Amino acid sequence: MPKEFNTAAFEYAPAPESRSVVDIAPSYGLFIDGEFVEAADGKVFKTVSPSTEEVLSEVAQAGAADVDRAVKAARRAFEKWSALPGSERAKYLFRIARIIQERSRELAVLETLDNGKPIKETRDADLPLVAAHFFYYAGWADKLSHAGYGSDPKPLGVAGQVIPWNFPLLMLAWKIAPALATGNTVVLKPAETTPLSALFFADICRQAGLPKGVVNILPGYGDAGAALTEHPDVNKVAFTGSTAVGKAIARQVAGTHKKVTLELGGKGANIVFDDAPIDQAVEGIVTGIFFNQGQVCCAGSRLLVQESIQDEVLDALKRRLSTLRLGDPLDKNTDIGAINSAEQLARITALAETGEAEGAERWSPECELPTSGYWFRPTLFTGVTQAHTVARDEIFGPVLSVLSFRTPEEAVAKANNSQYGLSAGIWTEKGSRILAVAGKLRAGVVWANTFNKFDPTSPFGGYKESGYGREGGRHGLEAYLDV
Amino acid sequence: MPSTAHAFVDATASDGALRRFLHGLPGVDAVGLEARAAALGTRSIKTTSKAYAIDLAISMIDLTTLEGADTPGKVRALSAKAVHPDPTDRTTPTTAAVCVYPDMVATAKAALGGADVKVASVATAFPSGRAALPVKLADVRDAVAAGADEIDMVIDRGAFLAGRYLETYELITAVKAECGTARLKVIFETGELSTYDNIRRASWIGMMAGADFIKTSTGKVAVNATPANTLLMLEAVRDFRAQTGIQVGVKPAGGIRNTKEAIKFLVLVNETAGADWLDNHWFRFGASSLLNDLLMQRQKLSTGRYSGPDYVTVD
Repeated sequence: MPKEFNTAAFEYAPAPESRSVVDIAPSYGLFIDGEFVEAADGKVFKTVSPSTEEVLSEVAQAGAADVDRAVKAARRAFEKWSALPGSERAKYLFRIARIIQERSRELAVLETLDNGKPIKETRDADLPLVAAHFFYYAGWADKLSHAGYGSDPKPLGVAGQVIPWNFPLLMLAWKIAPALATGNTVVLKPAETTPLSALFFADICRQAGLPKGVVNILPGYGDAGAALTEHPDVNKVAFTGSTAVGKAIARQVAGTHKKVTLELGGKGANIVFDDAPIDQAVEGIVTGIFFNQGQVCCAGSRLLVQESIQDEVLDALKRRLSTLRLGDPLDKNTDIGAINSAEQLARITALAETGEAEGAERWSPECELPTSGYWFRPTLFTGVTQAHTVARDEIFGPVLSVLSFRTPEEAVAKANNSQYGLSAGIWTEKGSRILAVAGKLRAGVVWANTFNKFDPTSPFGGYKESGYGREGGRHGLEAYLDV
Repeated sequence: MPSTAHAFVDATASDGALRRFLHGLPGVDAVGLEARAAALGTRSIKTTSKAYAIDLAISMIDLTTLEGADTPGKVRALSAKAVHPDPTDRTTPTTAAVCVYPDMVATAKAALGGADVKVASVATAFPSGRAALPVKLADVRDAVAAGADEIDMVIDRGAFLAGRYLETYELITAVKAECGTARLKVIFETGELSTYDNIRRASWIGMMAGADFIKTSTGKVAVNATPANTLLMLEAVRDFRAQTGIQVGVKPAGGIRNTKEAIKFLVLVNETAGADWLDNHWFRFGASSLLNDLLMQRQKLSTGRYSGPDYVTVD
């Protein structure tokens, strides 16, 4: 017989990660030439915690004069840094990687505070990948002559790098690790909503004894980013962010000597065939669109499900979404954290309203939203066709559009019918189908029976309006070499 | 159960039909299944929820002794422990059952007296299942006659692995018919079935044949209960109820030795099958050493300090 106490639900008591492991200063400067300095015009901006709207710190705001100063510092540092033997540069990178591992708990909490994503993700995904990227490219530093780019490939010079707010420290690692391994120096602008982990990274550079000027960090807004990418003494522009800004950068650098890589938007198709492992496919759909609140350029934001199993998959998906735990990002049991900013929340909200207005059916699980901060319920749109805005535009939020298909040919045609081409997923138990379909998808990354799996050894990048150039792996070296 | 049999009359009409049905179940992606089990294993269960989970886990234990060296004295000691797991704290829940060989059922029954602790008996030539059908059925009859409330049978893994699914199904229905009012747990020995696809198919054979519980393992082979194989079986009982309305229990057995692991299994139950299974009528742990660790953790929560192995009873 059931015992009396068993009738209570298994509620998980709050299990917050301790905030005290990170010490956030009330203010931060720009990191130029190995020093933290004020902005030339003295401007500052506030960075807030998206889950509470609490001000975390006040940060110096870079302008064009600061950009110039940082590029000059990077140029001065380039001569010695690029002349170091690869094995010596590797030592710095290995040291940085180890410091990141040692400080990973602190950095995970910091990233969760500044970005709003769950501690589960910063702890188990972001930080391990950040360290892995530095370890991986440290390994390349003294082996560049074996990378397939000639016997003695040369660095480009000063890299101007602009990164987004969705994976602040990870995008920094994707940019800085290969740049330093190949002998370039960098000026990096983190996003205005998430400057803190890049500033902590500046501290790690000092801790590692990295020569002054090799890494410069300039928190700021779009104007600082534009000043950086158009600076005449920048040799390489690397940008991750929106397609609109990417296009502007491409126009700006056209006709210059600058080498460019752009990693832009996406509208990834997650294709579920009728012979898929359904339970694992449902997990993959959830990971694909709700990882980091869907604020992922390679998110599987379009579910293409074979019509014959559509109802079964949707039932299972809805049941699964009902178990997602939304709330305090520092709680170790939180699955869905906060949206990064009020601005992004407004964009997601508007696109979801467009979805409804165009007749798609909207569904969200019951869940209470916190009263302060920026929050959006995990959302499904069913009855979506290729003609709906929610099937075409990147939402960059926890919103999944569900479309159906009848045949593999139709699945491929619909998956490719997008202005983007960054990621795709294939779910089937048939290996031959995976190979056949993957070969026809125009997407930079195709995952088979998994989604949103990242590894520093694997190149990442897009087709079409998702950008060009590859980051990660051996291919990622090319973007920073004069080849 | 007639209702179960009725729902699958076509699927179980012939060996071929049953094979087609089982091979038509969705496949299992091993990497994805294990990743999901590992992800649920990172849930952090603290304070009040930990206290709840510890008591729940204690109440779900089938306290087990299945040794050639079992004696009436050993079984009586185990039974006393099942009724009063922590003699220093009478608020500790009893375990769900004691689990013994058939010849020890009467001893256990007598030792438990009127306590609300079931007697489960392994049967059907446990653990290998390598005996003729009449011998297996006699084993079951003997345990039931001695007063067993629950029968833990083993399937014939040889028949299953040889593809004789209908024979596997019919063995279970035959055993079920001998059980009377005793609840039937069907052990698949997942470590010998080896693949997750096999475990899913075996789960469906068991449920269709009228199992009250599906159970991972005997505890006698190298790989016993794991988070992944238990998660898979929880998905099976969840899907089976959605399809038939019939609820089937799950019992992971073997290898679950401490509180932390046990709580991970409860999280699997909670987030896969759901709260309806968070009850010892529907979920059990086949374990022996687990109980003492749960008791030490329980004492820690109530007193604020660790006691140690001398503050819990050996049995």
